[in-house]
Amino acid sequence: MVNVLVNLFSRIGAPLTRGIVKLGFACRFFIAILRHSPVSLVRFRLTMREIWFAGVLSVLIIVVSGLFVGMVLALQGYETLVRFGASSSLGVLVALSLVRELGPVVGALLFASRAGSAITAEIGLMKATEQLAAMEMMAVNPVARVVAPRFWGGVISMPLLAAMFSAMGIFGGYLIGVQLLGLDEGSFWSQMQAAVDFRLDVMNGVIKSAFFGVAVSLIAVFEGYDAPPTAEGVSGATTRTVVTSALVILALDFVLTAFMFRGV
Amino acid sequence: MKRGMIDFWVGLFAVAGAAALLFLALKVSSQSTLAVNQSYELVANFDNIGGLKVRAPIKSAGVVVGRVNAIELDPQRYVARVHMAMDARYQYSRDSSAEILTSGLLGEQYIGITPGADDKMLKSGDTFKITSSAIVLEQLISRFLFSKAEGGNKDSTEAGK
Repeated sequence: MVNVLVNLFSRIGAPLTRGIVKLGFACRFFIAILRHSPVSLVRFRLTMREIWFAGVLSVLIIVVSGLFVGMVLALQGYETLVRFGASSSLGVLVALSLVRELGPVVGALLFASRAGSAITAEIGLMKATEQLAAMEMMAVNPVARVVAPRFWGGVISMPLLAAMFSAMGIFGGYLIGVQLLGLDEGSFWSQMQAAVDFRLDVMNGVIKSAFFGVAVSLIAVFEGYDAPPTAEGVSGATTRTVVTSALVILALDFVLTAFMFRGV
Repeated sequence: MKRGMIDFWVGLFAVAGAAALLFLALKVSSQSTLAVNQSYELVANFDNIGGLKVRAPIKSAGVVVGRVNAIELDPQRYVARVHMAMDARYQYSRDSSAEILTSGLLGEQYIGITPGADDKMLKSGDTFKITSSAIVLEQLISRFLFSKAEGGNKDSTEAGK
């Protein structure tokens, strides 16, 4: 009887403590990255390569997705707005939803699955093939040489990608709204401009995407660094990166939205 | 991938990101809050502000000349004090009046300013002397119904005579 109870508690407790230990390690890892960041920012070429890898190669998927999301928003929004005779505020609908929410959030989700998973797999394989251990043998700190540049590459790329996503989405909304559905071009842009505030809407979107950039990059490099050095371990870590990133992005989005757009 | 190529693409990426931000800043959005050094504050007391919100526009002849900064209740007189940030380019004489208006039938509420003819201008922190409150739809309807009912009674008494 006692044995069964002990078993039960240990079965519940073990994953919990494991999770807390992992979270603690992640925090320690984050501090270590920050401490070793000056090297990757002084030798900017290292970070440059990672911006190319995480940012430039993600541009295509971000731009195409943004265009289609904007076009769908315009079609769906028009359906509803035209019933109330408010179809001229289609631009407001498209711009506000992209700049405030969809640009940062969908951009970050795409970034996590396109670049985050690649970063995790790369670092995980480096660990599995003992490249990280070899670096340590040569007195090169792998956190400073491998992890920090990838982290900063992701952090720098994310806001730029989110801005591109929003801009392309608004362009897609313009294509559908003005060119296809025949709304007035002047009222489309001027109503949008009157309703969207630069500091309150655009800058808050940029701040959001910066937060998401830090979260996704940290999760990606951490999962790679923490991965068991086997083929299975690396594949598991890659999956975990995408899943955890998606959950963290959405939870963080709720918290940030509650802070930024409450009331007013 | 050669070094020069990476530099080129990253540079192009940064330019594209900056261009997207610039597009969002210039074409999509506008700065609705005035900078502190380009604005001055005026105050107006209203008996009832209806649905007026912070950041609502202040219009004169239909042109936006400021924004509502803050709304509070004056605890002594139980009137609403509305603080307004006005564009420093526009000055109003001391006998100007402020009223709360509604754009369209169900649109958002804003403050309309009718300029006066006094030589002296309102300075920062001054209060509008003449104000008129928001029209509350319920009061309007009940007033209409009461006057209708009174009119109806009069008709019936006249018929009785």
